[in-house]
Amino acid sequence: MPELITEIERLSLVIEIGGMPVRVHTIDPNFLNLLQNRYAGFVNHRDRAEIEFDVELQRPKGVEPAADVEVSCHSGCWSLRRGDFLAEWEPAARRGWIRQTANPYSIDAVLRIVHTLVLAQQGGFLLHSASAIRNGKAFLFAGVSEAGKTTISRLAPSDVTLLTDEISYVRRRGDEYTAFGTPFTGELAKLGENVSAPISTLYFLAKGKENRIDPISPREATRSLLSNLLFFAKDEELVQAIFHSAFEFVSRVPVMRLTFVPDARVWELIR
Amino acid sequence: MSKLYMARNPRAAARSLDGEMMIMSGRDSTLFTLNRTATILWQSADGATPLDEIVEKKICAEFEVAPTEALADAESLARELAGHEILQISDGPITTPNRTAGEK
Repeated sequence: MPELITEIERLSLVIEIGGMPVRVHTIDPNFLNLLQNRYAGFVNHRDRAEIEFDVELQRPKGVEPAADVEVSCHSGCWSLRRGDFLAEWEPAARRGWIRQTANPYSIDAVLRIVHTLVLAQQGGFLLHSASAIRNGKAFLFAGVSEAGKTTISRLAPSDVTLLTDEISYVRRRGDEYTAFGTPFTGELAKLGENVSAPISTLYFLAKGKENRIDPISPREATRSLLSNLLFFAKDEELVQAIFHSAFEFVSRVPVMRLTFVPDARVWELIR
Repeated sequence: MSKLYMARNPRAAARSLDGEMMIMSGRDSTLFTLNRTATILWQSADGATPLDEIVEKKICAEFEVAPTEALADAESLARELAGHEILQISDGPITTPNRTAGEK
């Protein structure tokens, strides 16, 4: 008599970004391989994970419906939804699931959202900025699209370790803030190094005719910081937490305007 | 003419910086920076003091402006802030807790 029950092998890996290990389970070896390549440098197989996600792969439906991301919390369970994925995460149980097709973009969005939710409760955040380490100190370069995040990353000299050219990971530790490398890439399409350092300065980028650094007022710094934060959830408590985190950051970390011409000499100012 | 009362919405996050308030709507994360006059209104919005009294004692006392003009501007501003749900307004005293939950 044939076996009626087939045991399906459950595969997993841990994606650790910002010191937060997230285990992803799948039954598809090709998808696991895809994740290993996508998050190279951020993948390990350690036992401990702070969150476990089961990924349920669906067949592609042709064109994925475009839709804004929706993030909401009901009875302690977060619901994450976009045209190309549906996910739930229950922080108390440290577990969740993701329903998507076999692509790297959907799970990437889920991870970004989950990290913003976790960081918001800890005084940290994800920021639209490039970041890099030089002389043991981290520097953040923030700005809207076309502000020069990719340009300044591309111009970095060899003694600079690039953390990201697109989305910086900022964690608060006491009165200090630490920047971590992320696999979240922009135009440079190059994963950041999986290392961290205390943040020395946040620069808001502006293109100009000379390289110069100018102070900006705490009010402008806070407003600019808030407008560059990544946050998706319509949750009053976390919105308030993020709001206050921006003020705390500006009160502890120097924030300047970096005007630069697009050549490598700008890095002479960043030390 | 009925009086207008204002109370800060506890769902908004607020902080004072360089003498001006920055407020974020808890509803849609919209950020507002209030000028000096709007900051006075915000800080005076205790739900118990009518707007005309706030204008008379705090706006007209500080700025050279005619009371009727100041009251009309203040009322317009209060209604606008209420529209963004960072202030609550009523024609009677407002008894909900007036401290903004997120204010520091």
